[in-house]
Amino acid sequence: MSISLPYALAVWRRNAAIYKRTWKWNILPNFFEPVLYLFSIGIGVGAYVSEMGGTTYIAFLAPGLVCVAAMNGASFEVTYNIYVRLVFEKTYDAMLTTPIEPDDVLIGEVLWAVTRAGIYGGCFFVVLMLFGLAPLPSSLWALLVIPITGLLFAAIGMVFSLRIPNIDMFSFYFTLFLTPLFLFSDVFFPLKERLAEPWLSVAEALPLLHPVRLARAAFNGEFSITVLWDSAYTLGTSLLLLLWARRSVRIRLTN
Amino acid sequence: MNKAAPLAPPVVEARAITKKFGDRLAVDHLDLDVPARVCFGLLGPNGAGKTTTLRMIYGVTRATSGTIRVFGMDIAHHLRAVRSRLGVTLQQNVLIEALSPKENLLVFGRYHLLREPELSRRAEELIDFLELRSHARVPVRQLSGGFQRRLAVALSLLNGPELLILDEPTTGLDPAMRLSLWSRIRELRAAGTTVLITTHYMDEAQRLCDQVAIVSAGKVIGAGAPADLIATRLAPETVEFDCAPSEEAALLDGVPSSQRLRVGRRLMLYLDDATDFIENVRRLDQGDRRPIIVRPTNLEDVYLSLTGTSLEGNP
Repeated sequence: MSISLPYALAVWRRNAAIYKRTWKWNILPNFFEPVLYLFSIGIGVGAYVSEMGGTTYIAFLAPGLVCVAAMNGASFEVTYNIYVRLVFEKTYDAMLTTPIEPDDVLIGEVLWAVTRAGIYGGCFFVVLMLFGLAPLPSSLWALLVIPITGLLFAAIGMVFSLRIPNIDMFSFYFTLFLTPLFLFSDVFFPLKERLAEPWLSVAEALPLLHPVRLARAAFNGEFSITVLWDSAYTLGTSLLLLLWARRSVRIRLTN
Repeated sequence: MNKAAPLAPPVVEARAITKKFGDRLAVDHLDLDVPARVCFGLLGPNGAGKTTTLRMIYGVTRATSGTIRVFGMDIAHHLRAVRSRLGVTLQQNVLIEALSPKENLLVFGRYHLLREPELSRRAEELIDFLELRSHARVPVRQLSGGFQRRLAVALSLLNGPELLILDEPTTGLDPAMRLSLWSRIRELRAAGTTVLITTHYMDEAQRLCDQVAIVSAGKVIGAGAPADLIATRLAPETVEFDCAPSEEAALLDGVPSSQRLRVGRRLMLYLDDATDFIENVRRLDQGDRRPIIVRPTNLEDVYLSLTGTSLEGNP
């Protein structure tokens, strides 16, 4: 029933110890994916788009792709990796022979997913800075958006991973959930200029939309009341999903 | 044996524990007392409820009814306190393959909140104790099965447990590795650790365990010191030979059915003195002498007589 941060950190450190050994191989694909999008679409498509949302197209893409990098970093961790530990490696069975409790496992894994989101989002942000695509200092606020994007997608992925019957379900998660989010969350075009009013309120349900708006606000240095709504949505949804995941993780790890 | 400290409370006291998974009754009003400082064997066929019982003892599976006290504490209310004082080696090795044995030990030690320099000191001790030194810095995936098993045992010892739970620790190990693991277990017990072990090897249980409980269909159907169990259940000499059912009437005249065990053509008889019986078989066989084995009755015979369905006139 109890959450203990030291035990959660022990779970986090397990993953960190493995990552320290394998990061060179892990970081490359994760790092290059958003970079490739940025240059292929930003420079390629951008040549035919004179401006979007008041900036060049490549500058429009930049904040959204920061969130996409964070989303992907967290999502891989809490889907395939969690499932392998849970079902094949029996990592949690071994942890639960020690004083670690299911809640600690959940918190430790979510913290780790947030860490990975931070690594990928952070690396991508550095690339943006190097290419002068991150206006300073306002875009530094986006560094706060990276961990909360990670938190949100860690929570969503956790609930999903703990409740699916087999590992094949993840292809649905990626192709029918994350990919549409990637394409329709203000990353590539401003939704509010392309969607009719009734659909705009439906789009508010899209989880990636809110972090992207927050990051864009940071990059543009234009903070409005929407920032509060987007922050509240992101943190509130994360919290609710984590409470749900807490039940799921207990059911899944103990019986 | 426990005779040195007869007043010490049991390390594990399970009272009428029952576990249902849906409609299936995995453990059925099972009682278990594991005294301090003994090696206690939990024996039984696959699916008898051994692993479920162990999981209830360290609190990962919650009993449907009944109570379990470990170190005198109710496991339902003192999970962390109980688990900080015990160690478990699971049936399946849970190791991080990309990391070395030393690194695995450091990661696992942190699950018990061990900190440097204590953490490294403890890891080094266990590397020596389980003879892991030669490959302490090689990734685990390159190690042999026996080496990985020893590492899995080492992980369960990091917190210096007062109770060590070993779920089939020697399954799949070669004979030398088994012997070496047995001697480690004996050393731990001699140093005061209580050991609770499951195994399918009755020779292992007989040689290693001070006490055993034989479990079948979720209940304890026999318990005690191996030698006592054997003495109270079966006669001390076992005669083993092949015999067709049609020959039984002539050969087995006078042997009570409770002292017979048939597995296919193989017949085992438990007798106080086998001499007369063997002479009788030889006389009936005349020139054509069938091979006959005479050996002391062992725990496997008792186990089969209790759990096996092939025993004629099961008492």
